[in-house]
Amino acid sequence: MSNHSGTSMRTTRSRVQGLGSARSGTGHFWWQRVTALANIPLVLAALAILICVAGKPHAEAVAVLGHPLAAIVLILALFSVTTHMRIGMQVVIEDYVHAEGAKVLALVGNIFFCTAVALAGIFAILKISFGV
Amino acid sequence: MSQTPGSAQRPLSPHLQIYRPMLTMTMSIVHRITGCALYFGTFLLVAFLVATAISPRAYETASWLAGSIVGKLVMFGYTWALIHHMLGGIRHFIWDTGAGFGAVARERLAQFTIGGSVVLTIVLWAAILLVK
Ligand code: HEM
Repeated sequence: MSNHSGTSMRTTRSRVQGLGSARSGTGHFWWQRVTALANIPLVLAALAILICVAGKPHAEAVAVLGHPLAAIVLILALFSVTTHMRIGMQVVIEDYVHAEGAKVLALVGNIFFCTAVALAGIFAILKISFGV
Repeated sequence: MSQTPGSAQRPLSPHLQIYRPMLTMTMSIVHRITGCALYFGTFLLVAFLVATAISPRAYETASWLAGSIVGKLVMFGYTWALIHHMLGGIRHFIWDTGAGFGAVARERLAQFTIGGSVVLTIVLWAAILLVK
């Protein structure tokens, strides 16, 4: 079977998929925007909760942070923010780190860091909620 | 520079130092810098939550750190970075609709972002210090 254009090395299948040479298409751009939008209300609400907690003794802080509504908001915020910062930092790494080895290390380190921060935070909130 | 045989003498594309610094390009890089600062700010927030989940003692230590001069400066910087990055994100949303690229509009948007972030941060901290 012949190609569409005489010079293209791209297969017909890859054209239909429309994901380009990086194989992920516009997925990152889209998720950056979805999480950015979710971040606005979630981060503002989380900020309000944390300002409430600031300076309170432990028992009161636990009562505020562990309230189901506060805990749910905090978990949603952490989920959205850590996804957003992972794909955001990936773009920054791809822009500035060009040596192949260092780039792969930084990209993997970014995934590890964001996943660890997300799960540690979510675990902490659940523990606070269910009883310290 | 090594030249592969037969490669054309192409002009190099001009880089940052060749352009006159402008507000719009400064705001672009500040959006990236604040994004990276917030990346580590998320870690600090989670560290605070984990301390709260560990024990009242760990919570007291974390609260003491947050309440210290350095802690307050970090939190002040964090809220500014957050508000600035959020306004910058909203600017991106406006651009995503195709609006706001004109010579006047993009300058106005940049001014709103920096002015808005400074004013809102000061208002927020004034409110916090008044109430707390
Ligand atoms: C604590 C919360 C946040 C963190 C840790 C964070 C982190 C980041 C990072 C690391 C980047 C990549 C920077 C770059 O590519 O230049 C980024 C980009 C971006 N952020 Fe955030 N961000 C946060 C909150 C927000 C919020 C609330 C918005 C809401 C409007 C937002 C909107 C955006 C947008 C639109 C981009 C992409 C910019 C572009 O396409 O060049 N971010 N963020």
